Amino acid sequence: MSDPILTLEEVHTDIGRYRILQGVNLVAPRGAVTMLLGRNGVGKTTTLRTIMGLWRARSGRIVFDGADIAASPTPAIARAGIGYVPEDMGIFSDLTVEENMILAARSGPLAEARRERIFAAFPPLRTFWRKPAGTLSGGQKQMLAIARAMAEERRLYLIDEPTKGLAPAIVAAMASALRALKAEGASILMVEQNFSVARHLGDHAAVMDDGRIVWTGAMAELAGDRALQERLMGLSLDAHGGR
Amino acid sequence: MTAAPGHNPTFAARGPAERLAEAAPFLLVPLLAAAGWLAIPQGSSWLTLTVSGLAMGMMIFIMASGLTLIFGLMDVINFGHGAFVSVGAFVGVGALAALDGLTGAPSPALNALALALAAAAAMLATGALGWAFERAIVRPVYGAHLKQILVTMGGLIVIEQLILVIWGPSEIFFSRPEAFKGALTFAGAAIEKYRLVAVGVGLALFLAMRTALRATRIGLIVRAGVENREMVEALGYRLRVVFVGVFVAGSALAGLGGVMWGLYEEVITAHMGGALMVLVFIVVIIGGLGSVEGCFLGALLVGLMQNYVAFLEPKLALISNIGLMVAILMWRPQGMIPVVKAK
Repeated sequence: MSDPILTLEEVHTDIGRYRILQGVNLVAPRGAVTMLLGRNGVGKTTTLRTIMGLWRARSGRIVFDGADIAASPTPAIARAGIGYVPEDMGIFSDLTVEENMILAARSGPLAEARRERIFAAFPPLRTFWRKPAGTLSGGQKQMLAIARAMAEERRLYLIDEPTKGLAPAIVAAMASALRALKAEGASILMVEQNFSVARHLGDHAAVMDDGRIVWTGAMAELAGDRALQERLMGLSLDAHGGR
Repeated sequence: MTAAPGHNPTFAARGPAERLAEAAPFLLVPLLAAAGWLAIPQGSSWLTLTVSGLAMGMMIFIMASGLTLIFGLMDVINFGHGAFVSVGAFVGVGALAALDGLTGAPSPALNALALALAAAAAMLATGALGWAFERAIVRPVYGAHLKQILVTMGGLIVIEQLILVIWGPSEIFFSRPEAFKGALTFAGAAIEKYRLVAVGVGLALFLAMRTALRATRIGLIVRAGVENREMVEALGYRLRVVFVGVFVAGSALAGLGGVMWGLYEEVITAHMGGALMVLVFIVVIIGGLGSVEGCFLGALLVGLMQNYVAFLEPKLALISNIGLMVAILMWRPQGMIPVVKAK
């Protein structure tokens, strides 16, 4: 795992008086998809939020492309080149789909080619371009959330549970769009509970438990070892709906 | 990229009930005006009261518009907003007095120029004061509502006392420039010229704000920030900087509202801002915290209600707006045009 795009070293994050992250060590290699896995409530979302500066790390280092960003404010972290898709999607429902995209393309107007690429991946966004984003379905909102992260060239994508609560057809659409993003050589750190999606998209896996990373390795290794899955996550991938 | 397979949902056409619910707040103003027309015997009185109510509403809107965005964007409750109204009035009226060459001139154009300069002076002063107020008083108490109420209330008292120190303890009476005195007669109703000016300024300001919020990037940031501050920052925008701008602009508008109100009443006091804040808060609450459109409609409703009731049943005038607020909150607890909040 040489040349990482993102490295977390002994990151501790507290929320109120709760110690959520208790020394996270994580490496996301450049140009690869790293899956952050684990049971509910072990700190996956908190890890992504801490990287974005939305929760402050109490201690530890977060190195993004050579620079320590642990103390940087959120806007500076975003400007450094991180695209973020939060668990709740963070859609601006009062704004139209177009206005959401205008805001996402911070450094200038959304390039024509990029827009066409996004439309090709997510056709409903073209259809509802001028509709308020609040009127979109859950799946369409998730498409918009990912499209927003893709509105500009990012050096790293943080994507929190992109298939959560979506119908199977939409999960497939989402997975194929993420696969295309991966094919472009994007670096992605993703939380995903749908193990079959995680297995197909992920190059590397990091499994969390109790605020720490308890296992890292190749996704293929984890996917192929049922006993390991059961030990790390309590359930095998079959129980997660994978086939 | 490959296209998404098998997912082609369409929008269900919205039913009439849904459309009506959306349009309802916009229908309230004409409905209230119609109710007034039915209740008030003479058409000419109704017209006078309606114009007067709209003028009052527009001025309240000018004061309230900044406050609703300040709350919507950063969750800041600013009880000190009324201080900017008072300071605006004193600076504006002071400037008007200094410009007696223009105000006394027989030319309406020069009179209007004097008014514009006075308004500009008031806005500059209150904008600068707002900048200092945000830095010194509001910034240390972000995220703590109780502290905000206490400290901004304290700021209001200090500024009111400073007005007494600078301009003296007594209320100041004055008269408007010649061109803005008197009334026009239309359909048998006397309509004060200045009220038409107030309606024009308020309407222009509302349309300008609406356009800015819809058609500019800063406007989009503000609207998105009202809904989900965190996500706007995660897209790389420094919302804190935008908020300072909104605070300064909102304070300047309070100052403009103050000088316009002062000219309307032809008397100013240090406590006028604090007194007006009751109406301003009612307007912000019934409009929906953070909604400029709701604030506009709320202000017009309050202005009309106050004028109609004061004519029909003077004793009820004081409680009519509280009654209006109670009725609207029972109908829509989040205000007429509720703003979507992410959390």
